[in-house]
Amino acid sequence: MIQPILDVRDLSTHFFTDDGEVKAVRGVSFNVLPGETVGIVGESGCGKSVTAMSVLGLVQRPGKVVNGEIMFKGEDLLKLDPEELRNIRGRDIAMIFQDPLSSLNPVLRIGFQIEEAMRAHDKIPKEEVAHRGVELLKQVRVPDAEHRFKDYPHQFSGGMRQRAMIAMGLANVPDLLIADEPTTALDVTVQAQILELLRDLNDETGAAIILITHNLGIVAGLCRRVLVMYAGEIVEEGPVEQIFESPQHPYTWSLLRSVPRIDSNRSQRLLSIEGLPPDLIDLPTGCKFNPRCPFRVERCFTDAPVIEDVAVAQKAACWVTMKRAYAEMNAGTIEDTSPGAASGVHPHGRRREADVMAAAAEPISD
Amino acid sequence: MAVVAAPRSDQEFVSSTVVREQASLWRDGLRRLRRNRLALISAVYLILLGLVAIVALFWTPYPTSSIGVADIYSGPTSAHLLGADELGRDLLSRLMAGAQISLSVGLLSAAIVLGIGVVVGLTAGYFRGWVDSVISTVINIFYGIPALLVALLMVTVLGRSFTNVVIAISATVWMDVARLVRGQALSLREREFVEAARASGARTGKILFGHILPNALGPIIVAVTFVIPSAILFEAFLSYLGVGIPPPTPTWGAIASEGVQALRLAPHILLFPSIALSVTLLAFNFLGDGLRDAFDPRQKR
Repeated sequence: MIQPILDVRDLSTHFFTDDGEVKAVRGVSFNVLPGETVGIVGESGCGKSVTAMSVLGLVQRPGKVVNGEIMFKGEDLLKLDPEELRNIRGRDIAMIFQDPLSSLNPVLRIGFQIEEAMRAHDKIPKEEVAHRGVELLKQVRVPDAEHRFKDYPHQFSGGMRQRAMIAMGLANVPDLLIADEPTTALDVTVQAQILELLRDLNDETGAAIILITHNLGIVAGLCRRVLVMYAGEIVEEGPVEQIFESPQHPYTWSLLRSVPRIDSNRSQRLLSIEGLPPDLIDLPTGCKFNPRCPFRVERCFTDAPVIEDVAVAQKAACWVTMKRAYAEMNAGTIEDTSPGAASGVHPHGRRREADVMAAAAEPISD
Repeated sequence: MAVVAAPRSDQEFVSSTVVREQASLWRDGLRRLRRNRLALISAVYLILLGLVAIVALFWTPYPTSSIGVADIYSGPTSAHLLGADELGRDLLSRLMAGAQISLSVGLLSAAIVLGIGVVVGLTAGYFRGWVDSVISTVINIFYGIPALLVALLMVTVLGRSFTNVVIAISATVWMDVARLVRGQALSLREREFVEAARASGARTGKILFGHILPNALGPIIVAVTFVIPSAILFEAFLSYLGVGIPPPTPTWGAIASEGVQALRLAPHILLFPSIALSVTLLAFNFLGDGLRDAFDPRQKR
């Protein structure tokens, strides 16, 4: 079996604020194989970025990694001293950020910043640094690289800035590249170019990529495997096609239902997930998705489901799972546990439930 | 490849237009500064003063400390353009040498204040927490003690000399720059490029001096420009009180002090150093204002 280069085990990161302990990431475990592309999806505030920051040891006060192991090439990153960790950041694990303009230092030339990334470590020999800088810009397809090398960030367009950021990330030939919403600040055509670039670079350099995004389309376009996060936990993981084809966690199912698809049935309604993610200070007991879940059963309110195999290579943390939900729906035995039905408080409970049922009746795959 | 090739011509078009009006922060600032007439005149005056100070190192019309080169208390004449003092020393020569003292004190103090302020401010602002608490408390304590008291005590304890005067002045004015840099560091450390630098494994020193400091340079330069005149004024004040640089070194403050004693007999002895001092202080302040408008647009009214 291939050894994973990154193996995160039971990671928990909490923020100790004046209002209470924000449990941003709780018991997250996942691994990344060499050269693999893994997507982490979830809505804002579900702990995607905090997970990435925890891996790089960049969580700042009042945040703290309170539990877990982050094994990178057989070493626990959480046990390294700051200098050892610094030496891994940017050299073995690089990160690119959402907004390339604010991630580049406005008063320093692009080329200088790329060279700096190399100078921070001794991986690239000093004589090669200047030469390699221009090469990197060429590698990320910046036109006229020799001249643009001397430009300042404000002279670059949005897409080129992100290319420059990627060049900086690749400067030290990392084994793992963490891309935190790399295309969110870019317009759609540029998004496509950047994704293509990441895909090419993954082939060319063999660096594994963790792609953090809330955009399922981007995951579909780039990643082989996907982790779905909700309220600081991984609720489902598995190969991309499989998850898109037959999601097992109701949250994943709802996410996929909320994205328009070109090949979907026109009559099929787009679903919006009602309610808000839970308060990470005061979490609901049982399953964290229970207030918003259309398929919940009694057990969801008392016991938290653990993530377990639901199919080959696919795991989900759910007592019901979509497989059972479909089956029971077809048999007409599913319990109606919507808030409206239970308490009469939710005026639209009924209708919403009806929508969900209608949507659920037809499987996602065509 | 087609996808990449297509935007190329576009890019070139964009870059050529951008280059023409290329506005790097510094060039842009300098252009704004050149349009500010008062600041420009001040800059020219200060450059001339600097030249005078350098010339005074090698040559003055008369030796600065030679007694009796002119009649005691004599007013301006063609041989002694600014007259002579109570010991018959040539006033112009002494003022020229005084310019050199004043500028040296101002620039040296500014350099020291810059050094202390940048290091202390960056440390406090970047590390926050208890480090910041300690440094901020020290800054506030220094603000609390009257500057004159500190300076008088230091000069008394350390002795009267050029070096000690510079140290005393620096000790009383370093807080402004430190506080400014601290504020800048506090806000800049949260910017994403600092996080990106951290994520790329940059060392702490590199982040502080390579990423945060260059972004704070504009306001820092402005603040330091204002340190120079206050240091010059403070030195003149100390010399006037008789606790500054000891005689016979001719400083503007000391000459003015002598002038006061002979005010009725020879008002020019007070008048000329006072004018020199006032104009110099004004020039520094105008230049500082101009620099602020040019490089620190956030503070513009």
